Amino acid sequence: MHVVIMGYGRVGATLALMLETEGHSVAIIDKDPEAFLRWLGRRFRGQTVLGNGIDEDVLRKAGIERATGFAAATSGDNSNIMSAQIAKVKYKVSRVIARIFDPLRAEAYQTLGIDTISPTLIGAGMCRDFMMGAPWRSISEYQALPEFLAHA
Amino acid sequence: MYVIVVGGGKVGYYLAKALISAGQEVTLIEKLRRRFDLLQEEFGDAAFLGDGCEVHTLENAGAARADLVAAVTGDDEDNLVICQMAKRKFKVKRAIARINNPKNESTFQMLGIDETVSSTKLIYSLIEREVEVADVIPLTALRKGHLDLVEVALTENVPSVNRRVRDLVLPTNCTLAILIRGDTAQPIHEETVLRAGDSIVAIMPAAIVPQFREALLGKAVPTH
Repeated sequence: MHVVIMGYGRVGATLALMLETEGHSVAIIDKDPEAFLRWLGRRFRGQTVLGNGIDEDVLRKAGIERATGFAAATSGDNSNIMSAQIAKVKYKVSRVIARIFDPLRAEAYQTLGIDTISPTLIGAGMCRDFMMGAPWRSISEYQALPEFLAHA
Repeated sequence: MYVIVVGGGKVGYYLAKALISAGQEVTLIEKLRRRFDLLQEEFGDAAFLGDGCEVHTLENAGAARADLVAAVTGDDEDNLVICQMAKRKFKVKRAIARINNPKNESTFQMLGIDETVSSTKLIYSLIEREVEVADVIPLTALRKGHLDLVEVALTENVPSVNRRVRDLVLPTNCTLAILIRGDTAQPIHEETVLRAGDSIVAIMPAAIVPQFREALLGKAVPTH
C-alpha cells in the first residue's frame, strides 16, 4: 500500500522507515529541505517531496490520490488538521491520522471525525502510570480529556 | 452585533477599528505579547491576549455569544481552524476567513467555511481585468499619418460581440478590412457576426480612432 507522511521530524522519519522496512511504498512531505538531510532522513529510500502539505499540488505530487494512508506529523497542529481534512474529505484516503499536541484541539477534531493522536496526553498519562506502578491503559483512555483541561 | 476578530496584524487592527467606530462590540485576539501591548493601548479591554486557535481563548473571549468571528491571521491553516472551531464548537453563525493562498478558497469551502476573503485574489482579479481590457493596437500609419491601420481584439464583454457588422454604429470613413478568427483571415461582410476572440483589422483616419474604439469596445473603463 502507498502511504503519505507529512512532516519529516523524529516521528515522521521513524514512521517512514518503519513502513518502508515492512515493504510499503512511502512518500514524505516536508517544507524544510534540511529535514531530508538529517541522519535518519538519509536512510530513507522512498519519495521525498519538498513543500507544504496543506497545498494540494504538493499532496498530489506525493501520490495522495492513490494513497490508502496519510499521517500528518508536523510540529504545527493546524497544518496537521488542515492537511488531514484535505486527505480525508477531498482525496478519500481511508486511514488518515493527525498528530495534535493541543489535547483540546485533538479532542475537538476527533469529535468532528478526524482521527487524532495527542502525544501530550499519551505521554503524560504513561509517565503517571509508570511512576504509580499502574498497568498500561488503552489509547482512548489515555486520550480522554482530563476534567481540569476541559474546564480551565 | 458582537464580533471577535482573531489576528491583530494590520488587517485585524484596521478591521477592529472600523467595527468599533461603526458602534459594534469587538474583541480583538492577538497571541504575541508585544503586539498585544500595542493593541491594548489603542483598544483597551477590547484587546485580548491569547492564541485564537485554542478552545479556551475563544471561550474566554465569549465565542459562545459572538454573532461573527473573523479569522484574519497571516496563516491559512490557523484561519481554517479558528473558523471551524467557532462554527462547530461554539455554534457561531458566521465565520469569515482571510485566505492568503487563493488556491485555498475551494479547500475552505469543501471544509465548510464558505465566507473567505483573499486579498491576493482581489488584487489579481483587478490586474486580470486590466490585462483583459481590449484595446486598439496601431499597426501602421498610411498616407503620411492621415490614415491608421489598426487591429482590435474583441473580448467576451465588449458590446460588439455577437452582433452583425451592419448593426454596429461605426463612424463614417472607417473601413473594416479583415476578420481574424482562430488562425484564418477572412473578409468582413455586412452580415458577419462578431465573436469573442475575433480580431479586426481596420483602416480609418487617425482622428476617428477614438469613435471607432467606442463603437466596438464601448466606453473606456476608468482604471483608477
